[in-house]
Amino acid sequence: MTAFTQDSLGWSPWLEPLAEEELTAAHLEALVDRARAASPYFRLLARDPGILHARTQTDLDVFYNADGGLPRAERELAATAVSRVNGCVFCASVHSRFATHHSKRHDDVQRLLDEGVEGPQEPRWRAIIDAAAALTATPPSFDPAPLREAGLDDLAIADLVHAAAFFNWANRLMLSLGEPS
Amino acid sequence: MSIDVIDHLAGIAPGSALDELRRRRPRTREYAQRSYEALFGQARPDLLALAAFVATLHEQPAVARFYAERLDPGLAESIRAEAEAARTTGPYGAYREPELAAENVLGPVYQAAGPFGERMNAAFTHAHLLVLRPREASPEALEALAKAGWSTDEIVTVAQLVAFLAFQIRVISALRGLR
Repeated sequence: MTAFTQDSLGWSPWLEPLAEEELTAAHLEALVDRARAASPYFRLLARDPGILHARTQTDLDVFYNADGGLPRAERELAATAVSRVNGCVFCASVHSRFATHHSKRHDDVQRLLDEGVEGPQEPRWRAIIDAAAALTATPPSFDPAPLREAGLDDLAIADLVHAAAFFNWANRLMLSLGEPS
Repeated sequence: MSIDVIDHLAGIAPGSALDELRRRRPRTREYAQRSYEALFGQARPDLLALAAFVATLHEQPAVARFYAERLDPGLAESIRAEAEAARTTGPYGAYREPELAAENVLGPVYQAAGPFGERMNAAFTHAHLLVLRPREASPEALEALAKAGWSTDEIVTVAQLVAFLAFQIRVISALRGLR
């Protein structure tokens, strides 16, 4: 009985993206990965290439930097929790799939989608989800103590903060420039 | 543009433990700063005004002052007063997905009508929507921006600006909590 899902969804823009043949070298550089030229979302964001480029590089480092810190699964868990609170069904679908893939904990991830951030979780995921949700509120709040109790060191906490903060950026683009299809 | 804005606003001194922590993720640090420069490098007064409004909605007076200090002081004060009057807690709103109607949380729908001109009032209206009830974003909201004179390219910039600030402010706020 929920629209939140781990299934693959499409996304349709409400504004006209640039056409693939309109993309210049500057646009392609802003996309970082050329394959993204196929995506209407990224071709729409290419209308302002400067911020698209910086956004994309931020995204890649926050989620893919594997030099210690918070495991990828839990960065994706934070992204899913933020998307659940803000109500971004599309973002939640993508990142809940990543969270499940990297954690192998499909049912715990599905419970986050079905019951929301308040649904039961074991203590470490509880601390991560609570911190992501508190940071997503406006005004945001943040208390590192429960994260430290759950065993996160400062680098892991900083990774969690950036993953949650970044999804407050990503959700607002996805929600305001188009819709799931 | 030599200062790192997040360090500056979070009160992170060179060589401190938090400085070292941020430098463990040099690309994240660099691209947060380059995002700021991409949006504000040209110091466009309309974008700075919008940023000051968004920071005040987040109850971040120091961040709001940082963006407002390059504006006319009288205008900066009017924006602060407007945003404080419009401020509330979020996120809330009705879902576009009918299956989620049971989770709808209704709240204030703000429409800017201050002495800022039609173009800025439309931007403030849109920023309030994106900050506080992003799940209620709609094609009609984008049309309202277009009608007020924002081009399609600029609407993308406005969305990026509000969304980026939602990121920057949360990083600043959490790093302060780690100090």
